Amino acid sequence: MSHYYEEKDLERFPEVGKYRADLFDNFMNYYQGVMSAGGALTVREKALIALAVAHTVQCPYCIDAYTRVSLENGSNLEEMTEAVHVAAAIRGGAALVHGVQMQNVAAKITF
Amino acid sequence: MLSFAQHLETLGYSGLTAVEVSTLQVNLGWRCNQACKHCHLQAGPDRPEQMGRETIEEVIRVAGSHAIPVVDLTGGAPELNPHFEYLVDRLHHLGVHVRCRSNLTVLLEPGKEHFPEFFKERRLELICSLPYYQQDMVDRVRGPGTFDKCLEVLRRLNRLGYGREGSDLELHLMYNPGGAFFPPPQGPLEDLFRRELAGRHGVHFHNLYTLLNMPIGRFQEYLLRSSNYESYMGKLMASFNPATVPGLMCRSLISVAWDGGLYDCDFHQALGLPLVPGLPQNIREFDLQVLAHRPIRLADHCYGCTAGSGSSCGGSLAAEG
Repeated sequence: MSHYYEEKDLERFPEVGKYRADLFDNFMNYYQGVMSAGGALTVREKALIALAVAHTVQCPYCIDAYTRVSLENGSNLEEMTEAVHVAAAIRGGAALVHGVQMQNVAAKITF
Repeated sequence: MLSFAQHLETLGYSGLTAVEVSTLQVNLGWRCNQACKHCHLQAGPDRPEQMGRETIEEVIRVAGSHAIPVVDLTGGAPELNPHFEYLVDRLHHLGVHVRCRSNLTVLLEPGKEHFPEFFKERRLELICSLPYYQQDMVDRVRGPGTFDKCLEVLRRLNRLGYGREGSDLELHLMYNPGGAFFPPPQGPLEDLFRRELAGRHGVHFHNLYTLLNMPIGRFQEYLLRSSNYESYMGKLMASFNPATVPGLMCRSLISVAWDGGLYDCDFHQALGLPLVPGLPQNIREFDLQVLAHRPIRLADHCYGCTAGSGSSCGGSLAAEG
C-alpha cells in the first residue's frame, strides 16, 4: 500500500459491509434516506452541505464525491467555494470561541 | 467492458430498430466560428466541410416529398453555410417545421446580423447553446468573451419576441457540462437558469435541455489528456438506464451529413459510422419505408445516450430520480 488514500478505494466502500452487513445496510438505508430527493432541502442544497462537512472532517473521498455531486446538480465553483468558507468559518470560530474556556481556566488559576 | 450491444441483449433487446423518421437532422457543415472544448465534431473556423447546393436540393426534395415534419439544422454553425437562407426559405414554404441549433455568437459575425429578423419571419425554432448561466464556466467551455456575446444575442432575440412567455417564437437553451461530469437533472437546472438569467441579465427562454458530453472527438481527447476517460466511461456504463431505450433519438431521427451521407445520429457521423450495410447510404437514395424501421448501428458511445436520465438533442429521456 503506497498511500493511505487511493482514489479507487471509494468504489470499494461496499466491501466494508462484508462483516456485520446488517449494520452496513442500516447505515446505507439511513444515508440514502438523508441524501435523496423529496425532502425539505433540494439535492443541490444537501450536496453543498455535504461538501462543506467533507472539508471539516477532511475526508478526501467525500471531497471527491461531493465536488462531483455538486457540479452534477448545477452548483458552480463560486457557490462551492463559499460552502467551504462556511465550513472553515465555523471550524475556525469553534476553535476561537474556546478561547473563553482558556480565559476561564486562566482566571481560575492565576491572580 | 460489456459492449453496448451486449448490454442491450442482456435486457432482452436483440438489436435496436427505428420506429419512424419524424426528424431529418441536417448537418450543414463542420465550420464554426468557435472551437468548443466538448465538440464531438471538432468543429472550428478552419474546417472545410460544408454542404453543397446539390445536397441542399436533395434535403428539400426529401423533406417535401416525404412530409417529414421537422428538419433540424445543425453543424458546426449551420448559419455559416452559404446556402443556409435558401434552405430555410424553401423548407418554410413547404410548411416544414425548421429547428436551428445556434451557438448564438455566430449571429454577431459580419453578414449575419440580419438573421434574428430572418428567423422570426420564417418562425424558426431556436435551440441555443449555453453551458451555464455564469461567465466563468461558459467562457472556459466556449472561449473568452463568449458569455457576453451570448447575452447580447439572447436579449436581441427576446426583443423580437423569442423566448417570451406565451410567444410561439420558440427559444430553448441547451446545457452541457463544463467538464468530465454528468448533467444535472433537467427540471431543477431549468428553474435555476430561469431565475439567474432573468434576475441577473434580463434574459428569457422557454425550455432548458441538458445534453451529456459524448466521449468522442475533442471531448474524448480532453478525457484522455486529463486521465478521466476510464472513470467517465465506467460511470456511463454503470449509469445505464433501460427506461431511456424506448425514447432514444436514433429511433425517430435520421442524420444527414454535409456530403449527403446518412447516419443514425450526429455522433455516429462524427466517427464515420454510417447506417448498417444494405440500407440507403446517401440522401439521394432516401427511402422512408426502409429507413423508418431500419436496424440501428450500435457502438459503445451509445452509453452516453442511456446514462442516468438519458441524453438526446431534445434533452433528457426518462423521469429524473
